[in-house]
Amino acid sequence: MMTKAPTDNIIELKNVYKTYDDKTVVKNASLTIKRGEFVTLLGPSGCGKTTTLRMIAGFEMPTSGQIIFDGKDITDMPPHLRQVNTVFQKYALFPHLNVFNNIAFGLKLKVVPNGTKTNRKGETVQLFRKYTKAEIKEKVDNALKMVDLEDYGHRNVSSLSGGQQQRVAIARALVNEPQVLLLDEPLGALDLKMRKDMQLELMDMHERLGITFIYVTHDQEEALTMSDKIVVMRLGEIQQIAAPEKIYDEPANAFVADFIGESTILSGVMLDDYKVEFCETVFECVDKGFKKNEPIDVIIRPEDLKILDADDKRSLISATVLSSVFKGDHYQVTLLAGGNELVAHDTASYDVNDAVGLYIKPFDLHIMHKTRIINEIDTYITGENLVEICGADFECVTTLPEGTPVRVSVDFDDVEITDDENDGTIGATVLSSIYKGSYYQAILSTDDHYNFFADTDYEWLKGDRVGINIAAEKIIIEPREENAEEQTKVVEDETLNEYDRAEEEELLETAMAEDTVAVKTDALSPVPSDEEVEL
Amino acid sequence: MKAKTSRKPFRLTKKAFSVLYILFLLLFVVVPLVLILVNAFLDNDKNLTLENFKVFFSSSSSLVVLANSLLVGVITTLLCLIIGYPVAYILSKMSSGKIIVLLYIIPMGVNFLIRTLATKAIFIAMGVELGMGTVIFGMVYNYLPFMILPLHTTLAGIDKSYAEAAQDLGADKATVFLKTTLPLSVSGILSGITMVFIPTISTYAISQLLSNGKIFLFGDSIQLSFEQGMYGVGSIMSIVMLIFVLVSNFVMNKFNRNGNAVRRSLW
Repeated sequence: MMTKAPTDNIIELKNVYKTYDDKTVVKNASLTIKRGEFVTLLGPSGCGKTTTLRMIAGFEMPTSGQIIFDGKDITDMPPHLRQVNTVFQKYALFPHLNVFNNIAFGLKLKVVPNGTKTNRKGETVQLFRKYTKAEIKEKVDNALKMVDLEDYGHRNVSSLSGGQQQRVAIARALVNEPQVLLLDEPLGALDLKMRKDMQLELMDMHERLGITFIYVTHDQEEALTMSDKIVVMRLGEIQQIAAPEKIYDEPANAFVADFIGESTILSGVMLDDYKVEFCETVFECVDKGFKKNEPIDVIIRPEDLKILDADDKRSLISATVLSSVFKGDHYQVTLLAGGNELVAHDTASYDVNDAVGLYIKPFDLHIMHKTRIINEIDTYITGENLVEICGADFECVTTLPEGTPVRVSVDFDDVEITDDENDGTIGATVLSSIYKGSYYQAILSTDDHYNFFADTDYEWLKGDRVGINIAAEKIIIEPREENAEEQTKVVEDETLNEYDRAEEEELLETAMAEDTVAVKTDALSPVPSDEEVEL
Repeated sequence: MKAKTSRKPFRLTKKAFSVLYILFLLLFVVVPLVLILVNAFLDNDKNLTLENFKVFFSSSSSLVVLANSLLVGVITTLLCLIIGYPVAYILSKMSSGKIIVLLYIIPMGVNFLIRTLATKAIFIAMGVELGMGTVIFGMVYNYLPFMILPLHTTLAGIDKSYAEAAQDLGADKATVFLKTTLPLSVSGILSGITMVFIPTISTYAISQLLSNGKIFLFGDSIQLSFEQGMYGVGSIMSIVMLIFVLVSNFVMNKFNRNGNAVRRSLW
């Protein structure tokens, strides 16, 4: 067997799932957190970040998977035995206790080793004692000093301002000297200025105490400012784990790019190594290894796009100004180039309809594989010119007889979204819609959990119910072979998991590139070879 | 300050609506109270006298009845609390708790005399001897919903993040209850006690019916005095009763204010 090296990983999540009823809120989360790191779980609401934190704290039990704390499996350990403390979103200060007693709450329950004695059987027994009043007072006073509330011990918690309550909540957690501090959107209820101050204070505390902070937020700026490592989550899945700079500069996919900072996401084609075409123009770039003519997404940060005079020689593409909005330290300029909208930040203001040139360094063009290039579903012909898609029969043009297994392909352009669910052949929920320069790419989840990608002219509200129609002649049908024994199961699995697999692959790439423990590879490989040797 | 002119035309304001209520209060609350107070100082021939006080305070039997009433009140309240708290606690943890609480309240729709008579019939059918035990049973049965309701409202209103915070700080289940749930439900306990104790000390009929007239409580003796035409003594007894009600109300409020900041309760 391998000997276990002393680990500097304080918390490891291994393939953690959390399911409520039949809704999966955390999907296969694997994550390694090093001792002393400031890790932020970042994502829009409902992405599973708080649930993940609550599983680490012990308030929720994972449906499957493991949580390792300092090398020990704590998956089933109740929260009061875990060496972590939490700062709650709404502080949860006890209203019946004053500030001092709130902070002393944990200390009064704690037992500390107090020498050993030998019992009648000759065994050595560890003795424990509670903290003395004087010890508690000293610790609480220190904690109050740390959060700048020295004279507030006797105060009623309801008489404190939001910021002060926040500090008490932090002191109450830290006074127990936890190895890991969990913070659940702790600054969400504070105003902007207070939030900025508390961000700096928290970073300072993290530095001084040297313990691990796990921070949950939906505020990307907060995450970028404070963290050593950011975990971007979406719909229960981890999208990318990386340092803030890397998350910003090299987002793993269009979602991360869209969520972290402002960016323009455009569809393009990779013509050759170092050569990409978008906005009807060929650009030089630094990426290679894509398939020839592979459709890709290009991400451009607004600050990387330089606006030049129309006749400037360096200009790569000409554009017209659509709008120019003052944002304090810069103007946000929206431009139209090659039929696509681009956003740039510039210190100068431009007039609407100004003709300008644009320049971008090859290094600043971030090129990503598309998650998917066409909607594909394995299904059957259900009648004359009828094919089943996601539980409903769609009209199509085919000569294949009923019952033939087929693979249906539908271009993103050809998925029609209707405002009223009942106008569509099938209903679906909008998962996201991302602007791609000249159109929105919406992801629609049908009731049997297939995710349709659709390119549309309109932005669809996340969470809305819509209908889906596909014109008969736009449904591309080709017969497929299938394994007779497993036929139904395979089909079901594929429809269910196609999107998952695509994203998982991406996830794996990110995880490996990031040098974080890619547990999934372990899980996929058979029994480790050294174990076999031992046998 | 708003300068008001007397020429202001009449407008239908909130104040105008209150007139009816004020009249109602005057007629049915203030006037009867004044009548009781006046009656206490009048003898049967409408002469001013202090004789009624002498009659009440010198008769040991009426003082024993008063003490008995207080004792029955305390016992009933304690039993209601002991039975009601766990019930309210369990119901507050259940998603369907609100509906089950309703089931506790529905029997209240039946007049208490009918319920008590039914209880008596059951006891007689079962061959249970009527006495103190059956009286206490009847009292607890009648007033238990008044304990459960405020307790449930308070317990269900406690944010579960407090319990989580306590657990997070190292408290096991029992400690979570003793250090957070129980202190946070004090206001509900106090409302419950007020809701049960005050009516029980002044109740009548239940004791008479369920003890076959053997046990006589203060409410019963007030009723008896008026029945026998002793309006003066009855009035004094009512005043004594009223003082007890006011005192217990005052004590409860005092407790509640000192107790904690959470004043969430039904009543």
